[in-house]
Amino acid sequence: MHLYELTIHEARALLNAGEISAVELTQAVIDRILAVDNAVRAYITLTPEAALEQARAADTAFRQGQALPLLGIPLAIKDILCTAGIPTTCGSRILENFVPPYDATAVARLKAAGAVILGKTNTDEFAMGSSTENSAFFPTHNPWDLERVPGGSSGGSAAAVAAGECLGALGTDTGGSVRQPAAFCGIVGLKPTYGRVSRYGLIAFASSLDQVGVLTRDVTDAAMLMNVIAGHDPKDSTSLDAPVPDYTTALTGDIRGMRIGVPREYFIPGMQPEVEAAVRAALQRLADLGAEIVEVSLPHTDYALPVYYLIAPAEASANLARYDGVRYGLRMVGNSLEDTYQQTRGQGFGPEVKRRIMLGTYALSAGYYDAYYLKAQKVRTLIKGDFDRAFEQVDVVVAPTSPTTAFRIGEKTEDPIQMYLSDVFTLSLNLAGICGINVPCGFDAQGLPIGMQIMGPALGEMTVLRVAYAYEQATDWHTRRPPI
Amino acid sequence: MEYEAVIGLEVHAQVHTRSKMFCACPVMEDTGDLPPNAYVCPVCTAMPGTLPVINRRAVELTLMTALALNCEVPPVSFFARKSYFYPDLPKGYQISQHGLPLGMNGYLDIQTEAGPRRVRINNVHLEEDTGKLYHVGNVTLVDFNRAGVPLIEIVTEPDMRSAEEVREYAERLREILVYLGVNSGDMEKGVMRFEASVSVRPKGSDVLNPRHEIKNLNSFRALYRAVAYEIAHQIEVLQNGGRVLQQTMGWDEGRGVTYVQRRKEYAEDYRYFPEPDLPPLEIGREWLAELRERLPELPAARRARFVREYGLSVSEADLLVADRAVADYYEMAVRAGTVNPKTVANWITVDLFRVMRESGKGIRELPVSPQALADLIGLVEAGTINMNTGREVLDEMVVTGKSARQIVEEKGLAQISDEAALRAIVERVLEEHPAQVAQYLAGKEQVAGWLMGQVMRATGGKANPQVVRTLLGEALSSRKREAGSR
Ligand SMILES: [Zn+2]
Repeated sequence: MHLYELTIHEARALLNAGEISAVELTQAVIDRILAVDNAVRAYITLTPEAALEQARAADTAFRQGQALPLLGIPLAIKDILCTAGIPTTCGSRILENFVPPYDATAVARLKAAGAVILGKTNTDEFAMGSSTENSAFFPTHNPWDLERVPGGSSGGSAAAVAAGECLGALGTDTGGSVRQPAAFCGIVGLKPTYGRVSRYGLIAFASSLDQVGVLTRDVTDAAMLMNVIAGHDPKDSTSLDAPVPDYTTALTGDIRGMRIGVPREYFIPGMQPEVEAAVRAALQRLADLGAEIVEVSLPHTDYALPVYYLIAPAEASANLARYDGVRYGLRMVGNSLEDTYQQTRGQGFGPEVKRRIMLGTYALSAGYYDAYYLKAQKVRTLIKGDFDRAFEQVDVVVAPTSPTTAFRIGEKTEDPIQMYLSDVFTLSLNLAGICGINVPCGFDAQGLPIGMQIMGPALGEMTVLRVAYAYEQATDWHTRRPPI
Repeated sequence: MEYEAVIGLEVHAQVHTRSKMFCACPVMEDTGDLPPNAYVCPVCTAMPGTLPVINRRAVELTLMTALALNCEVPPVSFFARKSYFYPDLPKGYQISQHGLPLGMNGYLDIQTEAGPRRVRINNVHLEEDTGKLYHVGNVTLVDFNRAGVPLIEIVTEPDMRSAEEVREYAERLREILVYLGVNSGDMEKGVMRFEASVSVRPKGSDVLNPRHEIKNLNSFRALYRAVAYEIAHQIEVLQNGGRVLQQTMGWDEGRGVTYVQRRKEYAEDYRYFPEPDLPPLEIGREWLAELRERLPELPAARRARFVREYGLSVSEADLLVADRAVADYYEMAVRAGTVNPKTVANWITVDLFRVMRESGKGIRELPVSPQALADLIGLVEAGTINMNTGREVLDEMVVTGKSARQIVEEKGLAQISDEAALRAIVERVLEEHPAQVAQYLAGKEQVAGWLMGQVMRATGGKANPQVVRTLLGEALSSRKREAGSR
């Protein structure tokens, strides 16, 4: 077994036992990146020297007997989370040369826990997309099939984890951007409750939906990363001031007596039959483990997509107004102020970003606000109500993460609606502000991973981790590695 | 036809806090020579990924203003994004309030020629200031020192009918803000800005005609003149059969005219929506009660009490109450001595105001404490020194910081009120001037004044004039009796 294939908890055990050094581990991962990233293209920015420097510091700390939770663990960061002194592009031309003077809180917490930062991973521009094809720089390829997308928008992080180009990664999830790429790449992806992880330094796409999440090779690793990044942050007024449990204590393997809801609205015509079959089989496995399977209804599910595509672009249209060429980022000098704005934003933003800015601007305009934005907020409340009612009956809700497995690069780029539909099962969770995790639950006939989504109530991370871990321990999907 | 004006006012006032509205940067006084972009951070320059955190002190001061203006305060208030592009606006939106501001439906009572008038307050809300642009040659530079400084905006209903009323309202409002410690009231430093919307209509009508909004008025004088100009101008337009269009106007202080900034056929679209980065602001009723408790006595109430309690005239009370520090000083001086409150008021409004004017200092910066002033007045009241000497002593106190008693003693300024001593001087003067005495006895009574002057001169001006007058009168009439009996 190669060092780069280790999970975080395996690597930690070896590091603690002194069987490997952080430098060896980091070097092995860097070598792996150099070997495969020309094909995968998971990283926008690599910082191997800095990573090795951090690894050396970690080894020194080990010798001094320090026991930080992630000491010497090489991780990747989605390029939408600010990293002090390291370019943070959001996959956009407009921020191509932007170097933040500060770390995002989640990044700062990883560093404080001793993690080694390898670099910044590719993303759809400003996290707007489901395939990482909207990156202004290049698309990322799925390690299971390089002709296919890794999902998005945290496709770079998901592909890096799957391909052994890091041991774990941070992503962000606004409408499924952690869970869907995790499903496409056959790994674990946890989207925490809104406010559980600080958004400070997460470059905003849709402020009321954005949340930092983790991508890992197994459930234990996800719990370990959550232990480090979760918690209140005075710099983010929307972060929750609730105690952070030790998430690894949820990993008991015992789900006897738990009630698992299956939403009938999540098994729709047109979804890939193998996906439905795999998820149904997984539900049977959960039942075998002693859980009770209950059908539930989330009646407003159909409205999630239109509601999302009003609220998220509306917020984005304001969030992206700061990219005006005045203070940082791209500036195209025009012959007037107006012209400078138009050229800077016209050339700095890609087509999907422009499309969403226009959508959002329209939805907020005088005369349309009530019909679009306000109405969408009202329906959002109904969607949240659906989940509240469901969680009165069940502990978690289980459904497919995506209606299909990874599609081909270029297959959906011409049709934004088809692309949007790829997130149809993940959007509701963000609208409701609750948590969910993707775990691998099988492969289709082409050998592409299938993901199952376990959704829990607000601050229900312990519950979803418990179910995810029990399922993982009863199966071996998570041990399979892509052919690359 | 007779016309009347319909005027509403928006006042933007800087909220006096140590740090900015949504970050920890200090709020610096605009001295005109601050290094540009020295008081900024990633938050107030809108670096990607940064988030706002509400300044609780700014909210408290705004709530106190809302309470002082008799507003309703909702249990939950929201911040909202107001979107527009301009280089001085770092985020491309301003965090302001819309919908549920911190104060609503209040009022401020003012005095007008026609009697008291109630100006209704539509809302009181909190927002952030923008940066500042500097045009140098053909480049424009931006300074964000001011970006994110908390601003309170107070919006009236169109309840005012003349430029005088607008000025009165604005001055009373300034007074309240200064009293609450919300704003320094330093108009020259641009801590208050006005925006007046003016329309006219036939008197007695209740239509609301298209209005002119006059932006960026920075002084009471500019406010008064711009509104007065607009009223006269609009009446003239209507009388000549013209039409007033809804427009945004600027004010040319030099030429004393308004000018069109942009036409406003349709409202500007700021695309307001609730600020998702800030949770709804819950305003607990206990917090509100505590703030109400902390409200100081407001100027109008204090003015009335000064008239009632100290027997002052309204104009005296006005002079004292206009500045909270002066009013506080006055009350301390009254309590410090046993002198008549009216006399204290007189000393402050005449003599101390003169000193303040001459020295350019505020009352708290003078080295004369309320107690020291009360002591000085006590010396004059007791006849130890006369009024003129008292003024000289005050000037000396301002320079040296010494007490009145010390100055009087050091300079030997105490009045001679000792009758025996003065009687001897009076006798001596009469003996030295037999010719003048003879004139007096011959019926030329005005000579008494001249003799009085001689006595004062002989005492170096220190004699108590009242005592001298009495003694001189006695001595002269006794000589008159002697002459008559001879
Ligand atoms: Zn700042």
